[in-house]
Amino acid sequence: MDFYGVELSNRLLLGTAQYPSPAVLAEAIRAAGVEVVTVSLRREAGGERAGQTFWDLISGSGVRVLPNTAACYSVKEAVTTAHMAREVFATDWVKLEVIGNADTLQPDPFGLVEAARILSQDGFAVFPYTTEDIVVAERLLEAGCQVLMPWGAPIGSARGLNNRYGLRTLRGHFPDVPIVVDAGIGLPSHAAHAMELGCDAVLLNTAVARAGDPVAMARAFADAVAAGRAAYLAGPIEKSDMATPSTPVVGKAFLS
Amino acid sequence: MKVFVNGVAYEVRASTLAGLLAETGQTKPYIATALNGTFVPREMRERTALSEADRIEIVSPIEGG
Repeated sequence: MDFYGVELSNRLLLGTAQYPSPAVLAEAIRAAGVEVVTVSLRREAGGERAGQTFWDLISGSGVRVLPNTAACYSVKEAVTTAHMAREVFATDWVKLEVIGNADTLQPDPFGLVEAARILSQDGFAVFPYTTEDIVVAERLLEAGCQVLMPWGAPIGSARGLNNRYGLRTLRGHFPDVPIVVDAGIGLPSHAAHAMELGCDAVLLNTAVARAGDPVAMARAFADAVAAGRAAYLAGPIEKSDMATPSTPVVGKAFLS
Repeated sequence: MKVFVNGVAYEVRASTLAGLLAETGQTKPYIATALNGTFVPREMRERTALSEADRIEIVSPIEGG
């Protein structure tokens, strides 16, 4: 799997928020073999060392960071946040969020495309948090994005894949663009669904961080992602409406 | 001069962004700054003059999804 020229083997990307403790977060990253984690920026509260402590933990874990522009509702906010993140985290990667609705936290596709164009032209490797809409995806690619990050369901909702047909269509329409399902995943089976559809990776946070045992859940998600990917590569059979006998009928004894 | 740092009003003597960071003790290496909603790179802080009622944002890393 290749994101902007970076080869990755683990197809589970993990958010770093809401864990019971930094130690549990670090252990979850290790247990799942995660190579990419999302991070963010907030106002520095003078005197505290929270930022340093968190940054030390992430730097020490050896993972690649994907800074987000969470809670940005305008192009300007998102672009400024991306620039600040590039300086702090020393990476061109940005998970671009331009939020359009406070209840669903769904992307504002118009602002997203505009911000993606501005940032791509400025050398960012943009990972756009988008919907499964093919036309929006086309515009994002035209704007310079080389990865698509469609939502599964609203952030933190644990609803799984709201529109499997849409994701399947997106996959079919852009066979060579890395697709990461981001947001709304609640269970390992949801992650496996995404991978069985042919998506390249899954990004999730709450489902692991808020689980009863986040480390065990991180491991379960890693297994599900690997299984879903293996199933996709193995070539799933087609659905049918009626039964098809699996045991050979020819040669059956006449016993009636 | 009165400016707003992360939404809080401050009376400062500094005339540049770098001066303000020093004056308010924000000397950590892992922060980033914006002035009135526009990013100010680290190397520009010394040359960035402040004006009355400027809004300065100072951010640092946190957990994110």
